[in-house]
Amino acid sequence: MALTREQMARRVARELEDGFYVNLGIGIPTLVANYVPEGIDVMLQSENGLLGMGRFPTEEELDADMINAGKQTVTARPGAAIFSSAESFAMIRGGHVDLTVLGAFEVDQEGNIASWMVPGKLIKGMGGAMDLVAGAENIICTMTHASKHGESKLLEKCTLPLTGAGCINRVLTDLAYLEIKDGAFVLKERAPGVSVEEIIEKTAGKLVVPDHVPEMTFVEE
Amino acid sequence: MAGFDKRVASYAEAMEGIEDGMTVLAGGFGLCGIPENLIAEIKRRGVKNLTVASNNCGVDGFGLGVLLEDRQISRIFASYVGENALFEQQMLNDEIEVILTPQGTLAEKMRAGGAGIPAFYTATGYGTPIGEGKEVREFNGRHYILEEALVGDFAIVKGWKADRYGNVVYRHTAQNFNPLAATAGKITVVEVEEIVEPGELEPSQIHTPGIYVDRIIQGTFEKRIEKRTVHG
Repeated sequence: MALTREQMARRVARELEDGFYVNLGIGIPTLVANYVPEGIDVMLQSENGLLGMGRFPTEEELDADMINAGKQTVTARPGAAIFSSAESFAMIRGGHVDLTVLGAFEVDQEGNIASWMVPGKLIKGMGGAMDLVAGAENIICTMTHASKHGESKLLEKCTLPLTGAGCINRVLTDLAYLEIKDGAFVLKERAPGVSVEEIIEKTAGKLVVPDHVPEMTFVEE
Repeated sequence: MAGFDKRVASYAEAMEGIEDGMTVLAGGFGLCGIPENLIAEIKRRGVKNLTVASNNCGVDGFGLGVLLEDRQISRIFASYVGENALFEQQMLNDEIEVILTPQGTLAEKMRAGGAGIPAFYTATGYGTPIGEGKEVREFNGRHYILEEALVGDFAIVKGWKADRYGNVVYRHTAQNFNPLAATAGKITVVEVEEIVEPGELEPSQIHTPGIYVDRIIQGTFEKRIEKRTVHG
Protein backbone atom coordinates (compact mmCIF):
# COMPACT_ATOMS: atom_id res chain seq x y z
CA MET A 1 0.00 0.00 0.00
CA ALA A 2 1.19 3.47 -0.81
CA LEU A 3 1.75 5.69 2.21
CA THR A 4 -0.97 8.08 3.26
CA ARG A 5 -0.13 11.77 3.67
CA GLU A 6 -0.05 11.24 7.43
CA GLN A 7 2.30 8.27 7.12
CA MET A 8 4.59 10.31 4.87
CA ALA A 9 4.67 13.04 7.50
CA ARG A 10 5.38 10.46 10.22
CA ARG A 11 8.24 8.97 8.22
CA VAL A 12 9.82 12.39 7.62
CA ALA A 13 9.44 13.21 11.32
CA ARG A 14 11.85 10.35 12.13
CA GLU A 15 14.59 12.39 10.48
CA LEU A 16 14.18 15.18 13.03
CA GLU A 17 16.89 15.51 15.64
CA ASP A 18 16.81 17.22 18.99
CA GLY A 19 17.81 20.86 18.60
CA PHE A 20 17.06 21.09 14.87
CA TYR A 21 15.87 24.32 13.28
CA VAL A 22 13.45 23.16 10.58
CA ASN A 23 11.63 24.81 7.70
CA LEU A 24 8.50 22.99 6.56
CA GLY A 25 6.91 23.76 3.20
CA ILE A 26 3.21 23.82 2.41
CA GLY A 27 1.21 20.56 2.18
CA ILE A 28 2.56 17.27 3.51
CA PRO A 29 5.67 18.98 4.98
CA THR A 30 3.40 21.09 7.21
CA LEU A 31 1.94 17.87 8.70
CA VAL A 32 5.41 16.82 9.92
CA ALA A 33 4.97 19.24 12.83
CA ASN A 34 2.21 16.96 14.18
CA TYR A 35 4.56 13.99 14.52
CA VAL A 36 7.66 15.33 16.25
CA PRO A 37 8.93 12.33 18.26
CA GLU A 38 8.69 12.32 22.03
CA GLY A 39 11.68 13.86 23.79
CA ILE A 40 12.81 15.84 20.76
CA ASP A 41 12.60 19.60 20.60
CA VAL A 42 12.65 21.31 17.21
CA MET A 43 12.21 24.98 16.34
CA LEU A 44 10.13 25.68 13.23
CA GLN A 45 11.24 28.47 10.94
CA SER A 46 8.64 30.25 8.83
CA GLU A 47 10.26 32.29 6.09
CA ASN A 48 8.05 35.35 6.51
CA GLY A 49 10.15 36.04 9.60
CA LEU A 50 9.32 33.71 12.49
CA LEU A 51 11.62 31.27 14.28
CA GLY A 52 9.64 29.22 16.78
CA MET A 53 6.27 28.84 15.11
CA GLY A 54 3.63 27.49 17.47
CA ARG A 55 0.19 25.95 17.00
CA PHE A 56 -2.80 27.67 15.45
CA PRO A 57 -4.38 30.31 17.72
CA THR A 58 -7.59 30.01 19.67
CA GLU A 59 -10.36 32.44 18.75
CA GLU A 60 -9.14 34.69 21.57
CA GLU A 61 -5.52 34.57 20.40
CA LEU A 62 -6.33 35.22 16.72
CA ASP A 63 -4.17 38.10 15.47
CA ALA A 64 -3.88 39.47 11.93
CA ASP A 65 -0.25 40.42 12.63
CA MET A 66 0.74 36.83 13.41
CA ILE A 67 0.89 34.58 10.35
CA ASN A 68 3.11 31.91 8.83
CA ALA A 69 4.56 31.67 5.33
CA GLY A 70 1.37 29.95 4.16
CA LYS A 71 -0.46 33.11 5.35
CA GLN A 72 -2.31 31.11 8.01
CA THR A 73 -2.81 32.67 11.43
CA VAL A 74 -0.43 31.07 13.92
CA THR A 75 1.10 31.63 17.35
CA ALA A 76 4.70 31.98 18.44
CA ARG A 77 5.97 29.43 20.96
CA PRO A 78 7.86 30.54 24.08
CA GLY A 79 11.40 31.39 23.02
CA ALA A 80 10.39 32.43 19.51
CA ALA A 81 12.06 35.24 17.57
CA ILE A 82 10.50 37.49 14.93
CA PHE A 83 12.49 39.42 12.33
CA SER A 84 12.49 40.88 8.84
CA SER A 85 12.36 38.97 5.55
CA ALA A 86 16.03 39.82 4.87
CA GLU A 87 17.07 38.37 8.22
CA SER A 88 14.91 35.32 7.58
CA PHE A 89 16.58 34.61 4.26
CA ALA A 90 20.00 35.31 5.69
CA MET A 91 19.32 32.31 7.96
CA ILE A 92 18.10 30.24 5.05
CA ARG A 93 20.74 31.21 2.47
CA GLY A 94 23.47 31.16 5.07
CA GLY A 95 22.84 27.49 5.79
CA HIS A 96 21.70 27.95 9.38
CA VAL A 97 18.50 25.92 9.00
CA ASP A 98 19.21 22.25 9.84
CA LEU A 99 16.49 20.62 7.79
CA THR A 100 14.17 21.76 5.01
CA VAL A 101 11.18 19.68 3.92
CA LEU A 102 9.35 20.64 0.77
CA GLY A 103 7.20 19.23 -1.99
CA ALA A 104 8.12 18.84 -5.66
CA PHE A 105 6.66 18.03 -9.07
CA GLU A 106 9.84 16.26 -10.20
CA VAL A 107 13.32 15.42 -8.93
CA ASP A 108 16.11 13.83 -10.88
CA GLN A 109 19.12 11.63 -10.24
CA GLU A 110 21.44 14.66 -10.20
CA GLY A 111 19.52 16.18 -7.31
CA ASN A 112 17.75 18.79 -9.43
CA ILE A 113 14.27 19.80 -8.31
CA ALA A 114 11.31 21.27 -10.21
CA SER A 115 8.51 22.50 -7.99
CA TRP A 116 7.30 25.93 -9.05
CA MET A 117 6.04 26.09 -12.59
CA VAL A 118 4.38 24.05 -15.29
CA PRO A 119 4.76 25.76 -18.68
CA GLY A 120 1.42 26.55 -20.26
CA LYS A 121 -0.28 26.64 -16.89
CA LEU A 122 -0.64 29.72 -14.76
CA ILE A 123 2.56 30.70 -12.98
CA LYS A 124 2.02 31.85 -9.43
CA GLY A 125 5.61 32.25 -8.36
CA MET A 126 8.34 30.48 -6.46
CA GLY A 127 7.90 32.24 -3.13
CA GLY A 128 10.84 31.26 -0.94
CA ALA A 129 11.43 27.81 -2.49
CA MET A 130 14.44 28.78 -4.62
CA ASP A 131 16.19 30.37 -1.65
CA LEU A 132 15.39 27.37 0.53
CA VAL A 133 16.82 24.80 -1.87
CA ALA A 134 19.87 26.95 -2.60
CA GLY A 135 20.63 27.49 1.07
CA ALA A 136 19.93 24.16 2.73
CA GLU A 137 22.39 21.29 2.84
CA ASN A 138 19.82 18.94 4.27
CA ILE A 139 16.62 18.75 2.24
CA ILE A 140 13.92 16.11 2.15
CA CYS A 141 11.57 16.23 -0.81
CA THR A 142 8.09 14.80 -0.26
CA MET A 143 6.09 13.85 -3.33
CA THR A 144 4.10 11.09 -4.98
CA HIS A 145 6.35 8.62 -6.79
CA ALA A 146 4.35 8.74 -10.02
CA SER A 147 1.51 10.76 -11.52
CA LYS A 148 -2.08 9.50 -11.53
CA HIS A 149 -1.34 8.13 -15.00
CA GLY A 150 1.63 6.18 -13.68
CA GLU A 151 4.33 8.46 -15.08
CA SER A 152 7.40 8.58 -12.86
CA LYS A 153 8.35 11.82 -11.12
CA LEU A 154 11.81 10.48 -10.23
CA LEU A 155 13.62 11.17 -13.45
CA GLU A 156 16.95 10.94 -15.22
CA LYS A 157 16.57 14.65 -15.93
CA CYS A 158 13.81 17.03 -14.85
CA THR A 159 11.56 18.13 -17.71
CA LEU A 160 10.01 21.14 -15.92
CA PRO A 161 11.86 24.41 -15.21
CA LEU A 162 14.08 23.94 -12.16
CA THR A 163 13.72 25.40 -8.69
CA GLY A 164 17.31 24.46 -7.87
CA ALA A 165 20.20 22.54 -9.38
CA GLY A 166 21.96 19.64 -7.66
CA CYS A 167 20.55 20.42 -4.24
CA ILE A 168 18.31 17.50 -3.25
CA ASN A 169 19.78 14.51 -1.44
CA ARG A 170 16.75 12.75 0.04
CA VAL A 171 13.30 11.95 -1.30
CA LEU A 172 10.31 10.44 0.45
CA THR A 173 7.56 9.33 -1.89
CA ASP A 174 4.35 7.47 -1.15
CA LEU A 175 6.20 4.29 -2.19
CA ALA A 176 9.77 4.65 -0.96
CA TYR A 177 12.47 6.51 0.88
CA LEU A 178 15.48 7.19 -1.32
CA GLU A 179 18.79 8.99 -1.24
CA ILE A 180 20.36 10.69 -4.24
CA LYS A 181 24.04 9.87 -4.54
CA ASP A 182 26.58 9.88 -7.37
CA GLY A 183 23.97 10.44 -10.08
CA ALA A 184 21.48 7.82 -8.93
CA PHE A 185 18.55 7.23 -6.63
CA VAL A 186 19.47 4.73 -3.91
CA LEU A 187 16.47 2.81 -2.58
CA LYS A 188 16.69 2.82 1.22
CA GLU A 189 13.21 1.77 2.38
CA ARG A 190 9.93 0.76 0.80
CA ALA A 191 6.38 1.47 1.95
CA PRO A 192 4.61 -1.42 3.71
CA GLY A 193 3.43 -3.95 1.15
CA VAL A 194 5.09 -2.19 -1.81
CA SER A 195 7.42 -4.41 -3.78
CA VAL A 196 10.87 -3.49 -5.01
CA GLU A 197 9.62 -4.38 -8.50
CA GLU A 198 6.87 -1.76 -8.35
CA ILE A 199 9.39 0.88 -7.28
CA ILE A 200 11.76 -0.12 -10.10
CA GLU A 201 8.88 0.08 -12.55
CA LYS A 202 7.84 3.56 -11.37
CA THR A 203 11.33 5.07 -11.20
CA ALA A 204 12.46 6.50 -14.54
CA GLY A 205 15.85 7.69 -13.28
CA LYS A 206 18.82 5.47 -12.47
CA LEU A 207 17.95 3.40 -9.41
CA VAL A 208 20.37 1.53 -7.20
CA VAL A 209 18.68 -1.32 -5.32
CA PRO A 210 20.66 -2.78 -2.40
CA ASP A 211 20.37 -6.50 -1.61
CA HIS A 212 18.08 -5.79 1.29
CA VAL A 213 15.47 -3.02 1.22
CA PRO A 214 13.71 -2.82 4.59
CA GLU A 215 9.99 -2.17 4.79
CA MET A 216 8.86 0.90 6.74
CA THR A 217 6.89 0.13 9.87
CA PHE A 218 4.21 2.27 11.45
CA VAL A 219 2.97 1.47 14.93
CA GLU A 220 -0.62 2.65 15.25
CA GLU A 221 -0.84 5.50 17.70
CA MET B 1 7.41 72.30 12.97
CA ALA B 2 10.51 71.42 10.99
CA GLY B 3 13.65 69.75 12.23
CA PHE B 4 13.19 66.04 12.71
CA ASP B 5 9.41 66.12 12.89
CA LYS B 6 8.35 63.79 10.07
CA ARG B 7 4.60 63.90 10.72
CA VAL B 8 2.25 64.86 7.92
CA ALA B 9 -1.36 65.90 8.39
CA SER B 10 -3.11 63.93 5.66
CA TYR B 11 -2.72 60.97 3.33
CA ALA B 12 -2.73 63.41 0.42
CA GLU B 13 0.35 65.04 1.93
CA ALA B 14 1.87 61.63 2.69
CA MET B 15 1.93 60.66 -0.99
CA GLU B 16 2.64 64.15 -2.37
CA GLY B 17 4.98 63.93 -5.36
CA ILE B 18 4.06 60.51 -6.65
CA GLU B 19 3.85 60.57 -10.43
CA ASP B 20 3.16 58.31 -13.37
CA GLY B 21 5.96 55.87 -14.14
CA MET B 22 7.52 55.89 -10.69
CA THR B 23 8.82 52.88 -8.78
CA VAL B 24 7.15 52.05 -5.46
CA LEU B 25 8.54 49.57 -2.94
CA ALA B 26 5.87 48.19 -0.63
CA GLY B 27 6.14 46.34 2.66
CA GLY B 28 3.86 43.46 3.62
CA PHE B 29 3.56 39.71 3.23
CA GLY B 30 0.23 38.57 1.86
CA LEU B 31 -2.19 40.95 3.59
CA CYS B 32 -0.08 41.07 6.78
CA GLY B 33 1.59 44.38 7.51
CA ILE B 34 0.50 46.13 4.31
CA PRO B 35 0.24 49.94 4.09
CA GLU B 36 -3.48 49.83 3.31
CA ASN B 37 -4.19 53.54 3.49
CA LEU B 38 -1.14 54.58 1.47
CA ILE B 39 -2.22 52.12 -1.22
CA ALA B 40 -5.72 53.63 -1.10
CA GLU B 41 -4.19 57.08 -1.57
CA ILE B 42 -2.23 55.89 -4.62
CA LYS B 43 -5.50 54.58 -6.01
CA ARG B 44 -7.25 57.88 -5.29
CA ARG B 45 -4.54 59.80 -7.13
CA GLY B 46 -4.90 57.57 -10.17
CA VAL B 47 -1.19 57.60 -11.04
CA LYS B 48 -0.40 55.07 -13.74
CA ASN B 49 2.38 53.01 -15.21
CA LEU B 50 3.85 52.26 -11.81
CA THR B 51 6.59 49.73 -11.17
CA VAL B 52 5.88 48.04 -7.85
CA ALA B 53 8.12 45.79 -5.80
CA SER B 54 6.25 43.76 -3.20
CA ASN B 55 6.28 40.13 -2.14
CA ASN B 56 2.67 39.72 -3.28
CA CYS B 57 0.08 41.80 -5.07
CA GLY B 58 -2.75 41.68 -2.55
CA VAL B 59 -6.08 40.00 -3.30
CA ASP B 60 -9.05 41.06 -5.40
CA GLY B 61 -10.32 44.31 -3.88
CA PHE B 62 -7.75 44.62 -1.08
CA GLY B 63 -4.10 45.52 -0.67
CA LEU B 64 -2.18 46.21 -3.87
CA GLY B 65 -5.00 44.39 -5.67
CA VAL B 66 -6.97 47.66 -5.70
CA LEU B 67 -4.33 49.27 -7.93
CA LEU B 68 -5.02 46.64 -10.57
CA GLU B 69 -8.64 47.76 -10.94
CA ASP B 70 -7.64 50.92 -12.85
CA ARG B 71 -4.52 49.31 -14.33
CA GLN B 72 -2.15 51.52 -12.34
CA ILE B 73 0.62 48.92 -12.16
CA SER B 74 2.46 48.10 -15.37
CA ARG B 75 5.34 46.13 -13.88
CA ILE B 76 5.80 44.23 -10.64
CA PHE B 77 8.64 42.45 -8.87
CA ALA B 78 7.05 39.77 -6.68
CA SER B 79 7.73 36.26 -5.45
CA TYR B 80 4.17 34.97 -5.39
CA VAL B 81 1.14 36.31 -7.22
CA GLY B 82 -1.53 33.64 -6.66
CA GLU B 83 -4.89 34.27 -5.02
CA ASN B 84 -5.81 37.21 -7.23
CA ALA B 85 -8.08 36.64 -10.23
CA LEU B 86 -7.73 40.16 -11.69
CA PHE B 87 -3.97 39.88 -11.49
CA GLU B 88 -4.01 36.54 -13.30
CA GLN B 89 -6.17 38.02 -16.03
CA GLN B 90 -3.88 41.03 -16.54
CA MET B 91 -0.85 38.77 -16.55
CA LEU B 92 -2.38 36.47 -19.18
CA ASN B 93 -3.36 39.51 -21.29
CA ASP B 94 0.20 40.92 -21.01
CA GLU B 95 -1.21 44.06 -19.40
CA ILE B 96 1.21 43.72 -16.54
CA GLU B 97 4.84 42.67 -16.66
CA VAL B 98 5.65 40.29 -13.83
CA ILE B 99 9.26 39.85 -12.81
CA LEU B 100 9.04 36.81 -10.58
CA THR B 101 11.77 37.15 -7.99
CA PRO B 102 12.69 34.61 -5.32
CA GLN B 103 11.51 35.86 -1.93
CA GLY B 104 14.93 36.04 -0.34
CA THR B 105 16.38 37.72 -3.42
CA LEU B 106 13.58 40.31 -3.35
CA ALA B 107 14.27 41.05 0.32
CA GLU B 108 17.99 41.33 -0.36
CA LYS B 109 17.41 43.56 -3.42
CA MET B 110 15.64 46.04 -1.15
CA ARG B 111 18.18 45.68 1.65
CA ALA B 112 21.04 46.23 -0.81
CA GLY B 113 19.24 49.17 -2.41
CA GLY B 114 18.95 50.87 0.94
CA ALA B 115 22.49 50.02 1.96
CA GLY B 116 24.18 51.48 -1.13
CA ILE B 117 25.14 48.11 -2.58
CA PRO B 118 24.27 48.07 -6.31
CA ALA B 119 24.26 44.29 -6.78
CA PHE B 120 25.10 41.04 -5.02
CA TYR B 121 25.84 37.42 -5.81
CA THR B 122 23.48 34.70 -4.64
CA ALA B 123 23.20 30.96 -5.27
CA THR B 124 19.42 31.32 -5.34
CA GLY B 125 18.13 30.71 -8.85
CA TYR B 126 21.38 29.45 -10.37
CA GLY B 127 20.58 26.78 -12.97
CA THR B 128 16.92 27.85 -13.12
CA PRO B 129 15.02 30.22 -15.47
CA ILE B 130 15.68 33.00 -12.92
CA GLY B 131 19.42 32.75 -13.57
CA GLU B 132 19.15 32.97 -17.35
CA GLY B 133 21.02 35.93 -18.82
CA LYS B 134 22.54 36.90 -15.48
CA GLU B 135 26.25 37.07 -14.78
CA VAL B 136 27.54 33.90 -13.10
CA ARG B 137 30.60 33.67 -10.88
CA GLU B 138 32.13 30.81 -9.01
CA PHE B 139 33.22 31.23 -5.41
CA ASN B 140 34.73 28.27 -3.50
CA GLY B 141 33.42 25.81 -6.07
CA ARG B 142 29.84 27.03 -6.07
CA HIS B 143 27.97 29.02 -8.71
CA TYR B 144 26.28 32.32 -7.94
CA ILE B 145 24.27 34.75 -10.05
CA LEU B 146 24.48 38.52 -9.94
CA GLU B 147 21.28 40.22 -8.80
CA GLU B 148 20.81 43.99 -8.89
CA ALA B 149 19.52 46.08 -6.01
CA LEU B 150 16.16 47.88 -6.02
CA VAL B 151 15.60 51.49 -5.10
CA GLY B 152 12.16 53.10 -5.09
CA ASP B 153 11.07 56.64 -5.86
CA PHE B 154 8.72 55.92 -2.98
CA ALA B 155 8.68 53.28 -0.28
CA ILE B 156 5.34 52.67 1.42
CA VAL B 157 5.58 51.04 4.82
CA LYS B 158 3.24 49.90 7.58
CA GLY B 159 4.56 50.13 11.14
CA TRP B 160 3.02 49.61 14.55
CA LYS B 161 4.36 52.57 16.52
CA ALA B 162 6.56 55.47 15.57
CA ASP B 163 7.70 58.65 17.17
CA ARG B 164 7.64 61.94 15.28
CA TYR B 165 11.33 61.55 14.44
CA GLY B 166 10.38 58.55 12.31
CA ASN B 167 11.74 55.79 14.53
CA VAL B 168 9.52 52.79 13.85
CA VAL B 169 8.73 49.46 15.48
CA TYR B 170 6.71 46.70 13.83
CA ARG B 171 4.32 44.28 15.48
CA HIS B 172 4.87 40.50 15.25
CA THR B 173 5.15 39.11 11.72
CA ALA B 174 3.76 42.34 10.26
CA GLN B 175 7.45 43.29 10.13
CA ASN B 176 8.34 41.15 7.05
CA PHE B 177 9.47 43.36 4.12
CA ASN B 178 8.60 46.66 5.81
CA PRO B 179 11.99 47.56 7.33
CA LEU B 180 13.71 46.67 4.03
CA ALA B 181 11.39 48.77 1.88
CA ALA B 182 11.83 51.59 4.42
CA THR B 183 15.56 51.81 3.75
CA ALA B 184 15.28 51.85 -0.04
CA GLY B 185 12.85 54.65 -0.84
CA LYS B 186 14.02 58.05 -2.08
CA ILE B 187 10.92 59.14 -0.22
CA THR B 188 9.91 56.72 2.53
CA VAL B 189 6.41 57.07 3.90
CA VAL B 190 5.43 55.13 7.00
CA GLU B 191 1.89 54.78 8.30
CA VAL B 192 1.46 53.50 11.83
CA GLU B 193 -1.23 52.61 14.33
CA GLU B 194 0.11 55.00 16.94
CA ILE B 195 2.48 57.96 17.06
CA VAL B 196 4.19 58.20 20.45
CA GLU B 197 6.41 60.81 22.07
CA PRO B 198 10.17 60.68 21.39
CA GLY B 199 11.73 58.64 24.20
CA GLU B 200 8.77 56.31 24.58
CA LEU B 201 10.27 53.75 22.22
CA GLU B 202 13.27 51.95 23.68
CA PRO B 203 16.21 53.04 21.48
CA SER B 204 17.71 49.56 21.27
CA GLN B 205 14.38 48.09 20.18
CA ILE B 206 13.85 50.38 17.17
CA HIS B 207 13.47 48.35 13.97
CA THR B 208 13.68 51.27 11.51
CA PRO B 209 15.74 54.24 12.68
CA GLY B 210 14.26 57.60 11.74
CA ILE B 211 17.08 58.47 9.33
CA TYR B 212 15.40 56.30 6.68
CA VAL B 213 11.99 57.86 7.11
CA ASP B 214 10.69 61.03 5.43
CA ARG B 215 7.00 61.09 6.34
CA ILE B 216 4.96 59.58 9.18
CA ILE B 217 1.21 59.38 9.46
CA GLN B 218 -1.13 57.72 11.94
CA GLY B 219 -4.01 55.75 10.46
CA THR B 220 -6.67 53.19 11.19
CA PHE B 221 -6.41 49.76 9.65
CA GLU B 222 -8.78 47.01 8.63
CA LYS B 223 -6.04 44.32 8.97
CA ARG B 224 -7.86 41.74 6.93
CA ILE B 225 -6.93 38.10 7.59
CA GLU B 226 -6.23 36.07 4.46
CA LYS B 227 -6.34 32.55 5.92
CA ARG B 228 -8.06 32.37 9.25
CA THR B 229 -6.92 29.18 10.95
CA VAL B 230 -7.77 28.37 14.56
CA HIS B 231 -6.85 25.63 16.99
CA GLY B 232 -9.27 22.84 17.80
